[in-house]
Amino acid sequence: MLITEADIEKLATLARLEITEEERRALTPQIASIIAYVEQLNELDTSEVEPAIGGLTPEGERTPTMRDDEVRPSLGQKVALEEAPDPALGYFRVPKVL
Amino acid sequence: MRNDWEAVIGLEVHAQLSTESKIFCGCSTRFGDEPNANTCPVCLGLPGALPVLNRRAVELAARAALALGLRINRRSIFARKNYFYPDLPKGYQISQYDQPFSEHGELEIMTAVRDAEGHAREWRPKKIRITRLHLEEDAGKNMHEGLPDTDRYSYVDLNRAGTPLIEIVTEPDFRSSWEAYDYVNHVRQTLRWIGASDADMEKGNLRCEANVSVRRKGEERFGTKVELKNLNSVRFMQRAIEYEIERQIGVLESGGSVVQETRLWDDRAGETRPMRSKEEAHDYRYFPEPDLPPLVVTDEFIARVRAEMPELPSARRQRFMDQYGLAFNDAAQLTTDRALADYFERAAQAANNARAAANWVRTELLRELEASKTEVESCPITPENLGALIRLIDQGRISGKQGKEVFAEMFATGKSAEEIVRQRGLEQVSDVAEIERLVEQAIAANPKQVEQYRAGKEGLLGFFVGQVMKASQGRANPKIVNELLRAKLNG
Repeated sequence: MLITEADIEKLATLARLEITEEERRALTPQIASIIAYVEQLNELDTSEVEPAIGGLTPEGERTPTMRDDEVRPSLGQKVALEEAPDPALGYFRVPKVL
Repeated sequence: MRNDWEAVIGLEVHAQLSTESKIFCGCSTRFGDEPNANTCPVCLGLPGALPVLNRRAVELAARAALALGLRINRRSIFARKNYFYPDLPKGYQISQYDQPFSEHGELEIMTAVRDAEGHAREWRPKKIRITRLHLEEDAGKNMHEGLPDTDRYSYVDLNRAGTPLIEIVTEPDFRSSWEAYDYVNHVRQTLRWIGASDADMEKGNLRCEANVSVRRKGEERFGTKVELKNLNSVRFMQRAIEYEIERQIGVLESGGSVVQETRLWDDRAGETRPMRSKEEAHDYRYFPEPDLPPLVVTDEFIARVRAEMPELPSARRQRFMDQYGLAFNDAAQLTTDRALADYFERAAQAANNARAAANWVRTELLRELEASKTEVESCPITPENLGALIRLIDQGRISGKQGKEVFAEMFATGKSAEEIVRQRGLEQVSDVAEIERLVEQAIAANPKQVEQYRAGKEGLLGFFVGQVMKASQGRANPKIVNELLRAKLNG
């Protein structure tokens, strides 16, 4: 897969990252080599293998598929906002959007 | 719409499912709590927290899918839809993409053109293809006004983040704003009826977006479509689509071209406006959600959901027409709400007179409920008591006019019709001997009029009826009075 500087620019935009021209030039071959590394997986024939979609714990156990519709205690406003950089009046406050 | 143009409209409806807890965690879905009170590591997107699907959300989605004529996929998968916005704490929304919960729906709705006042003319059926109905989580809520320094800040409340939604997408099958209007009302009514959603647009738990394009009649290709948002009621949606159709035709007729964009409806100004978009690079990079296993539903599950499904509003409307001889409009009005339909049906059985019950419910009852802001479920008149009132009238024990007075008192006090009639001494005198006595009195007291009547002045019968009614203080059964007077005067 060919990775161009334009792809890096688009990725940066989608990730809300500002990158300099210099960084863009440096990142392009680095990301290209990471993708080439992962692409080695394509050499395996997986046509007979069911895709493993989600739901496994790090130990390889299946996670519970469903739970009953029961309300469990929430963190509450105070705890929820404890790690927020700029809480105000019970809300997360952020630079104006819209 | 000008004659040589045709509109092509597709709709997306989002409805909040009526669960107690969120779709992937146990936080409450209650509306109106303190901001951010109902949040936890899962819906805040804290590292390491894992989602687990709410079984009830799946049941309600299945109910909705079946009621709207979709086929449920035995296996569907969740996907991450990636974008950045402050109301989306994880940086992605868990939704469904290429293997949705249900697909390939076909729904028959009733639709009508409207006159200038918005009154429906002729109702006709129309089939709408529904592309898909899938499960997803809602985002939080951004506040842009009513708080300090909103020129510089936005505020985020994540209580709604993780609330279960269904998204229902149609094919571009609507040809007018009223078809779209009738469809959304059908969906709204159905979701409420089956208990899947409150579908209250004011609370934001039913939201819709419309894709609108126009083309010359006979043209096969679609025109460039515009996405309409900020449609906060079904009526707003209808007006926005109507405006947008005319706007696009205007642009094309003056030689311009329609720009593919998102526009917002401004109801005060009565127009749509382009949404200010900041480099809207719409690239959601969907990929399968690694934290959730595929959603597998069994045939038994679907059979159980089907078995629990109530008779749907359209079927019930048809049955009211067939079984009780009601007109379409009356049957439609009585099936707008399941509780109302149940009320009518119980009253009709108690009255043993469905048409009368339909009339009472549609006029007197709905008016009183509306005036007193009462839900039909807490109506002070039970359907059985309304049925009993109708029987009293049908048996001639009170007049129709008295019936309305009794009804008003029943509504105010919750007493039964029998009790009120007894207490107020309203009951009509239908005792023939008693009436005969009054008739004879009236004849004896007015010899001159008797002579004139017998000489051919038959209009005087009304005078005698009046005399007898007066003597009985309005309680004599008019039918018996008439019969007896005629017999005596002619005899």
